[in-house]
Amino acid sequence: MKPFEQIVREHGPAVLRVCRAVVGPDQAEDAWSETFLAALGAYPDLPEGANVQAWLVTIAKRKAVDQHRSAARNPVPVDEIPEPVRAPQADTDGLWSALKTLPVRQREALAYHHLAGLPYAEVARLLGGSEAACRRSAADGIKKLRTLYEEDRHGIL
Amino acid sequence: MASFETDGAGPYDAGPTGTGPTDTGLLAPDPREDAVLATLHSRLAAGAEFAGLLDVAYTVIDSPVGRLILAATDAGLVRVAFECEGVDTVLQDLSTRISPRILEAPERLARPAAQLGEYFDGTRRSFDLDLDLRLTAGYRRTVVQTLQKIGYGHTSTYAGIAALTGNPGAVRAVGTACGRNPLPLVIPCHRVLRSDGTTGGYRGGPAAKKILLDLEAAA
Repeated sequence: MKPFEQIVREHGPAVLRVCRAVVGPDQAEDAWSETFLAALGAYPDLPEGANVQAWLVTIAKRKAVDQHRSAARNPVPVDEIPEPVRAPQADTDGLWSALKTLPVRQREALAYHHLAGLPYAEVARLLGGSEAACRRSAADGIKKLRTLYEEDRHGIL
Repeated sequence: MASFETDGAGPYDAGPTGTGPTDTGLLAPDPREDAVLATLHSRLAAGAEFAGLLDVAYTVIDSPVGRLILAATDAGLVRVAFECEGVDTVLQDLSTRISPRILEAPERLARPAAQLGEYFDGTRRSFDLDLDLRLTAGYRRTVVQTLQKIGYGHTSTYAGIAALTGNPGAVRAVGTACGRNPLPLVIPCHRVLRSDGTTGGYRGGPAAKKILLDLEAAA
Protein backbone atom coordinates (compact mmCIF):
# COMPACT_ATOMS: atom_id res chain seq x y z
CA MET A 1 0.00 0.00 0.00
CA LYS A 2 1.10 3.53 -0.70
CA PRO A 3 2.05 5.55 2.38
CA PHE A 4 -0.95 7.68 3.37
CA GLU A 5 1.23 10.79 3.04
CA GLN A 6 1.30 10.14 -0.68
CA ILE A 7 -2.51 9.86 -0.79
CA VAL A 8 -2.82 13.25 0.92
CA ARG A 9 -0.42 14.87 -1.53
CA GLU A 10 -1.96 13.35 -4.61
CA HIS A 11 -5.60 13.90 -3.74
CA GLY A 12 -5.61 16.71 -1.15
CA PRO A 13 -5.99 19.54 -3.69
CA ALA A 14 -8.89 17.94 -5.58
CA VAL A 15 -10.72 17.02 -2.37
CA LEU A 16 -10.33 20.61 -1.12
CA ARG A 17 -11.91 21.96 -4.30
CA VAL A 18 -14.75 19.47 -4.02
CA CYS A 19 -15.35 20.47 -0.39
CA ARG A 20 -15.35 24.15 -1.33
CA ALA A 21 -17.86 23.55 -4.08
CA VAL A 22 -20.15 21.35 -2.00
CA VAL A 23 -20.13 22.94 1.47
CA GLY A 24 -18.76 26.39 0.62
CA PRO A 25 -15.39 27.98 1.35
CA ASP A 26 -16.07 28.63 5.05
CA GLN A 27 -16.71 25.03 6.02
CA ALA A 28 -14.51 23.44 3.37
CA GLU A 29 -11.43 23.20 5.57
CA ASP A 30 -13.31 21.42 8.35
CA ALA A 31 -14.84 19.06 5.81
CA TRP A 32 -11.39 18.36 4.32
CA SER A 33 -9.88 17.66 7.74
CA GLU A 34 -12.71 15.33 8.76
CA THR A 35 -12.52 13.56 5.41
CA PHE A 36 -8.80 12.83 5.59
CA LEU A 37 -8.86 11.89 9.27
CA ALA A 38 -11.66 9.39 8.61
CA ALA A 39 -9.81 8.16 5.52
CA LEU A 40 -6.62 7.65 7.54
CA GLY A 41 -8.53 5.50 10.00
CA ALA A 42 -10.06 3.31 7.30
CA TYR A 43 -7.09 3.32 4.90
CA PRO A 44 -5.45 0.00 5.86
CA ASP A 45 -8.72 -1.80 5.01
CA LEU A 46 -9.05 -0.21 1.56
CA PRO A 47 -8.90 -3.00 -1.03
CA GLU A 48 -5.84 -3.08 -3.25
CA GLY A 49 -6.54 -1.42 -6.59
CA ALA A 50 -9.50 0.62 -5.30
CA ASN A 51 -10.18 4.02 -6.89
CA VAL A 52 -8.74 6.17 -4.11
CA GLN A 53 -10.15 9.45 -5.38
CA ALA A 54 -13.69 8.04 -5.64
CA TRP A 55 -13.29 6.60 -2.14
CA LEU A 56 -12.15 9.96 -0.73
CA VAL A 57 -15.00 11.79 -2.47
CA THR A 58 -17.47 9.30 -1.00
CA ILE A 59 -16.15 10.07 2.49
CA ALA A 60 -16.19 13.80 1.73
CA LYS A 61 -19.81 13.55 0.63
CA ARG A 62 -20.75 11.87 3.91
CA LYS A 63 -18.93 14.60 5.85
CA ALA A 64 -20.71 17.26 3.79
CA VAL A 65 -24.08 15.69 4.61
CA ASP A 66 -23.13 15.71 8.32
CA GLN A 67 -22.22 19.38 8.04
CA HIS A 68 -25.47 20.28 6.28
CA ARG A 69 -27.37 18.49 9.04
CA SER A 70 -25.51 20.13 11.89
CA ALA A 71 -25.72 23.52 10.19
CA ALA A 72 -29.49 23.07 9.89
CA ARG A 73 -29.73 22.07 13.55
CA ASN A 74 -27.50 24.82 14.86
CA PRO A 75 -28.06 28.08 13.02
CA VAL A 76 -25.15 30.39 13.75
CA PRO A 77 -26.31 33.48 15.65
CA VAL A 78 -25.10 36.82 14.32
CA ASP A 79 -24.96 40.23 15.98
CA GLU A 80 -25.74 42.16 12.86
CA ILE A 81 -27.93 41.45 9.93
CA PRO A 82 -25.71 40.28 7.11
CA GLU A 83 -25.35 42.45 4.05
CA PRO A 84 -27.72 41.71 1.24
CA VAL A 85 -26.39 39.16 -1.18
CA ARG A 86 -24.44 40.81 -3.95
CA ALA A 87 -23.62 39.54 -7.37
CA PRO A 88 -20.57 37.28 -7.10
CA GLN A 89 -17.27 38.84 -7.96
CA ALA A 90 -14.96 37.50 -10.58
CA ASP A 91 -12.53 35.81 -8.21
CA THR A 92 -12.42 32.36 -6.75
CA ASP A 93 -14.19 33.36 -3.52
CA GLY A 94 -16.98 34.69 -5.69
CA LEU A 95 -16.94 31.47 -7.62
CA TRP A 96 -17.37 29.35 -4.50
CA SER A 97 -20.16 31.66 -3.33
CA ALA A 98 -21.80 31.33 -6.73
CA LEU A 99 -21.63 27.56 -6.44
CA LYS A 100 -23.50 27.82 -3.16
CA THR A 101 -26.43 29.44 -4.98
CA LEU A 102 -26.95 26.27 -7.02
CA PRO A 103 -29.27 23.51 -5.86
CA VAL A 104 -27.32 20.94 -3.84
CA ARG A 105 -27.72 18.26 -6.48
CA GLN A 106 -26.36 20.41 -9.32
CA ARG A 107 -23.50 21.61 -7.14
CA GLU A 108 -22.56 18.08 -6.14
CA ALA A 109 -22.86 16.63 -9.65
CA LEU A 110 -20.68 19.44 -10.98
CA ALA A 111 -18.10 19.05 -8.21
CA TYR A 112 -17.83 15.28 -8.37
CA HIS A 113 -17.51 15.21 -12.14
CA HIS A 114 -15.62 18.39 -13.00
CA LEU A 115 -13.55 18.87 -9.84
CA ALA A 116 -13.01 15.30 -8.68
CA GLY A 117 -12.88 13.91 -12.22
CA LEU A 118 -15.28 11.06 -11.48
CA PRO A 119 -17.12 9.54 -14.43
CA TYR A 120 -20.91 10.12 -14.43
CA ALA A 121 -21.51 6.45 -13.59
CA GLU A 122 -19.59 7.03 -10.35
CA VAL A 123 -21.41 10.34 -9.73
CA ALA A 124 -24.74 8.52 -10.17
CA ARG A 125 -23.67 5.93 -7.62
CA LEU A 126 -22.85 8.72 -5.15
CA LEU A 127 -25.96 10.83 -5.71
CA GLY A 128 -28.47 8.15 -6.64
CA GLY A 129 -30.49 8.43 -9.82
CA SER A 130 -29.43 7.76 -13.36
CA GLU A 131 -26.20 8.62 -15.08
CA ALA A 132 -28.11 10.78 -17.57
CA ALA A 133 -29.81 12.72 -14.78
CA CYS A 134 -26.44 13.43 -13.15
CA ARG A 135 -25.03 14.56 -16.47
CA ARG A 136 -28.00 16.91 -16.82
CA SER A 137 -27.59 18.26 -13.27
CA ALA A 138 -23.92 19.04 -13.87
CA ALA A 139 -24.71 20.66 -17.22
CA ASP A 140 -27.50 22.75 -15.66
CA GLY A 141 -25.11 23.79 -12.89
CA ILE A 142 -22.44 24.88 -15.35
CA LYS A 143 -25.07 26.76 -17.40
CA LYS A 144 -26.28 28.64 -14.35
CA LEU A 145 -22.72 29.52 -13.36
CA ARG A 146 -22.08 30.85 -16.84
CA THR A 147 -25.16 33.06 -16.53
CA LEU A 148 -23.85 34.40 -13.21
CA TYR A 149 -20.55 35.13 -14.87
CA GLU A 150 -21.97 36.61 -18.04
CA GLU A 151 -20.06 39.81 -17.49
CA ASP A 152 -16.87 38.04 -16.56
CA ARG A 153 -13.99 38.49 -18.96
CA HIS A 154 -11.39 36.61 -16.94
CA GLY A 155 -12.45 33.23 -18.18
CA ILE A 156 -13.09 31.67 -14.81
CA LEU A 157 -15.33 29.21 -16.54
CA MET B 1 3.96 8.15 -10.07
CA ALA B 2 5.07 11.62 -9.15
CA SER B 3 7.94 11.70 -6.74
CA PHE B 4 7.06 13.41 -3.51
CA GLU B 5 10.53 13.99 -2.22
CA THR B 6 10.46 17.20 -0.31
CA ASP B 7 12.99 19.25 -2.21
CA GLY B 8 12.39 22.91 -2.77
CA ALA B 9 9.43 24.88 -1.58
CA GLY B 10 7.58 22.04 0.07
CA PRO B 11 5.22 19.22 -0.62
CA TYR B 12 2.65 21.21 -2.52
CA ASP B 13 4.84 22.88 -5.12
CA ALA B 14 4.27 20.25 -7.73
CA GLY B 15 1.69 22.36 -9.53
CA PRO B 16 -1.90 21.54 -10.35
CA THR B 17 -3.02 17.99 -9.99
CA GLY B 18 -4.95 17.78 -13.21
CA THR B 19 -7.76 15.51 -12.21
CA GLY B 20 -10.79 16.87 -13.98
CA PRO B 21 -11.67 16.29 -17.59
CA THR B 22 -11.80 20.07 -18.13
CA ASP B 23 -8.81 21.33 -16.19
CA THR B 24 -9.19 25.04 -16.91
CA GLY B 25 -10.95 28.01 -15.41
CA LEU B 26 -13.01 26.67 -12.55
CA LEU B 27 -10.42 23.98 -12.03
CA ALA B 28 -7.37 26.20 -12.26
CA PRO B 29 -5.31 26.03 -9.08
CA ASP B 30 -5.93 28.79 -6.59
CA PRO B 31 -2.57 30.39 -5.75
CA ARG B 32 -3.56 30.38 -2.07
CA GLU B 33 -4.34 26.70 -2.22
CA ASP B 34 -0.77 25.57 -1.46
CA ALA B 35 -0.70 27.53 1.80
CA VAL B 36 -4.14 26.29 2.78
CA LEU B 37 -3.14 22.69 2.05
CA ALA B 38 0.07 23.02 4.06
CA THR B 39 -1.95 24.25 7.04
CA LEU B 40 -4.50 21.48 6.57
CA HIS B 41 -1.71 18.91 6.42
CA SER B 42 -0.32 20.06 9.79
CA ARG B 43 -3.81 19.99 11.23
CA LEU B 44 -4.32 16.46 9.91
CA ALA B 45 -1.02 15.27 11.40
CA ALA B 46 -1.94 16.76 14.78
CA GLY B 47 -5.45 15.29 14.64
CA ALA B 48 -4.08 11.89 13.65
CA GLU B 49 -1.61 11.94 16.53
CA PHE B 50 -4.37 12.93 18.95
CA ALA B 51 -6.71 10.21 17.65
CA GLY B 52 -3.99 7.55 17.88
CA LEU B 53 -4.13 6.98 14.11
CA LEU B 54 -0.57 8.01 13.27
CA ASP B 55 1.32 4.71 13.16
CA VAL B 56 4.47 6.20 11.61
CA ALA B 57 5.51 9.86 11.73
CA TYR B 58 8.41 11.06 9.64
CA THR B 59 10.42 14.15 8.84
CA VAL B 60 13.37 15.04 6.64
CA ILE B 61 16.27 17.01 8.11
CA ASP B 62 19.53 18.40 6.74
CA SER B 63 22.87 17.07 7.94
CA PRO B 64 26.57 17.10 6.92
CA VAL B 65 26.03 13.62 5.41
CA GLY B 66 23.08 14.75 3.30
CA ARG B 67 19.43 14.88 4.12
CA LEU B 68 18.19 12.30 6.60
CA ILE B 69 14.76 10.73 6.87
CA LEU B 70 13.71 10.14 10.48
CA ALA B 71 10.70 7.97 11.27
CA ALA B 72 9.11 7.08 14.60
CA THR B 73 6.32 4.89 15.85
CA ASP B 74 4.66 5.62 19.18
CA ALA B 75 7.32 3.32 20.72
CA GLY B 76 10.24 5.42 19.52
CA LEU B 77 12.60 6.14 16.66
CA VAL B 78 12.22 3.28 14.21
CA ARG B 79 14.23 4.32 11.15
CA VAL B 80 17.02 6.67 10.18
CA ALA B 81 17.64 6.69 6.44
CA PHE B 82 20.00 8.48 4.12
CA GLU B 83 18.71 10.50 1.20
CA CYS B 84 20.59 8.16 -1.15
CA GLU B 85 18.20 5.39 -0.11
CA GLY B 86 15.36 7.43 -1.67
CA VAL B 87 12.58 9.06 0.35
CA ASP B 88 9.85 7.30 -1.64
CA THR B 89 11.54 3.91 -1.28
CA VAL B 90 12.03 4.32 2.46
CA LEU B 91 8.42 5.39 3.06
CA GLN B 92 7.07 2.58 0.90
CA ASP B 93 9.16 0.11 2.90
CA LEU B 94 7.83 1.52 6.20
CA SER B 95 4.30 1.33 4.80
CA THR B 96 4.76 -2.34 3.93
CA ARG B 97 6.61 -3.40 7.06
CA ILE B 98 4.87 -1.32 9.73
CA SER B 99 1.71 0.44 8.56
CA PRO B 100 0.50 2.62 5.67
CA ARG B 101 -0.74 5.16 8.22
CA ILE B 102 2.27 7.37 7.62
CA LEU B 103 2.32 11.16 7.65
CA GLU B 104 5.00 13.81 7.67
CA ALA B 105 4.72 14.99 11.29
CA PRO B 106 7.93 16.67 12.46
CA GLU B 107 6.64 17.18 16.02
CA ARG B 108 7.13 13.52 16.94
CA LEU B 109 10.72 13.68 15.63
CA ALA B 110 11.67 16.89 17.43
CA ARG B 111 13.85 15.16 20.03
CA PRO B 112 15.80 12.86 17.68
CA ALA B 113 16.25 15.75 15.23
CA ALA B 114 17.62 18.00 18.00
CA GLN B 115 19.99 15.31 19.31
CA LEU B 116 21.31 14.55 15.82
CA GLY B 117 21.92 18.28 15.35
CA GLU B 118 23.94 18.31 18.57
CA TYR B 119 25.84 15.22 17.46
CA PHE B 120 26.84 16.88 14.20
CA ASP B 121 27.81 20.04 16.09
CA GLY B 122 30.18 17.91 18.18
CA THR B 123 28.35 18.67 21.43
CA ARG B 124 26.64 15.28 21.85
CA ARG B 125 28.48 11.99 22.31
CA SER B 126 25.60 9.63 23.00
CA PHE B 127 21.91 9.58 22.21
CA ASP B 128 19.17 9.50 24.82
CA LEU B 129 16.16 8.34 22.80
CA ASP B 130 13.45 5.70 22.83
CA LEU B 131 14.31 3.26 20.05
CA ASP B 132 11.90 0.90 18.32
CA LEU B 133 13.96 -2.03 17.00
CA ARG B 134 11.06 -3.83 15.29
CA LEU B 135 12.71 -3.57 11.87
CA THR B 136 15.54 -5.86 12.91
CA ALA B 137 15.29 -9.39 14.28
CA GLY B 138 17.27 -12.49 15.09
CA TYR B 139 21.04 -12.37 14.89
CA ARG B 140 20.98 -8.99 13.16
CA ARG B 141 19.19 -7.57 16.15
CA THR B 142 21.84 -9.03 18.46
CA VAL B 143 24.50 -7.33 16.33
CA VAL B 144 22.64 -4.02 16.32
CA GLN B 145 22.37 -4.13 20.11
CA THR B 146 26.06 -5.00 20.43
CA LEU B 147 27.00 -2.01 18.24
CA GLN B 148 25.63 0.29 20.93
CA LYS B 149 28.57 -0.73 23.13
CA ILE B 150 31.13 0.95 20.85
CA GLY B 151 31.76 4.32 22.44
CA TYR B 152 32.00 7.67 20.70
CA GLY B 153 35.34 8.15 18.96
CA HIS B 154 36.17 4.44 19.24
CA THR B 155 36.04 1.84 16.51
CA SER B 156 35.73 -1.93 16.27
CA THR B 157 35.93 -4.44 13.45
CA TYR B 158 33.42 -6.81 11.91
CA ALA B 159 35.44 -9.70 13.40
CA GLY B 160 35.54 -7.94 16.78
CA ILE B 161 31.73 -7.55 16.84
CA ALA B 162 31.28 -11.17 15.75
CA ALA B 163 33.44 -12.25 18.70
CA LEU B 164 31.48 -9.97 21.08
CA THR B 165 28.23 -11.67 20.04
CA GLY B 166 29.80 -15.01 20.94
CA ASN B 167 29.79 -16.07 17.31
CA PRO B 168 33.34 -15.37 16.02
CA GLY B 169 32.67 -17.08 12.69
CA ALA B 170 29.82 -14.72 11.79
CA VAL B 171 31.95 -11.93 10.33
CA ARG B 172 29.98 -11.78 7.09
CA ALA B 173 26.67 -11.82 8.96
CA VAL B 174 27.89 -8.90 11.08
CA GLY B 175 28.68 -7.02 7.85
CA THR B 176 25.15 -7.65 6.59
CA ALA B 177 23.62 -6.65 9.92
CA CYS B 178 25.57 -3.37 9.89
CA GLY B 179 24.51 -2.73 6.30
CA ARG B 180 20.85 -3.28 7.25
CA ASN B 181 21.00 -1.35 10.54
CA PRO B 182 17.61 0.44 10.62
CA LEU B 183 18.99 3.20 12.86
CA PRO B 184 22.37 4.27 11.51
CA LEU B 185 24.09 7.18 13.32
CA VAL B 186 22.03 6.57 16.47
CA ILE B 187 23.23 2.95 16.52
CA PRO B 188 26.84 3.53 15.48
CA CYS B 189 27.53 1.02 12.71
CA HIS B 190 29.90 3.62 11.23
CA ARG B 191 32.34 2.73 14.04
CA VAL B 192 32.84 -0.76 12.61
CA LEU B 193 35.84 -1.05 10.26
CA ARG B 194 37.42 -3.86 8.33
CA SER B 195 40.21 -5.83 10.00
CA ASP B 196 42.73 -4.47 7.45
CA GLY B 197 42.00 -0.97 8.74
CA THR B 198 40.06 0.21 5.67
CA THR B 199 36.70 1.84 6.22
CA GLY B 200 34.44 -0.74 4.63
CA GLY B 201 30.94 -0.20 3.31
CA TYR B 202 28.21 2.01 4.69
CA ARG B 203 24.51 2.42 4.06
CA GLY B 204 24.98 6.16 3.56
CA GLY B 205 28.01 5.64 1.29
CA PRO B 206 31.72 5.43 2.18
CA ALA B 207 32.11 9.22 2.07
CA ALA B 208 29.47 9.63 4.80
CA LYS B 209 31.22 7.03 6.94
CA LYS B 210 34.50 8.93 6.62
CA ILE B 211 32.82 12.23 7.57
CA LEU B 212 31.43 10.63 10.74
CA LEU B 213 34.75 9.00 11.71
CA ASP B 214 36.57 12.29 11.14
CA LEU B 215 33.95 14.17 13.16
CA GLU B 216 34.37 11.84 16.12
CA ALA B 217 38.18 11.76 15.83
CA ALA B 218 38.33 15.56 15.93
CA ALA B 219 36.22 15.87 19.05
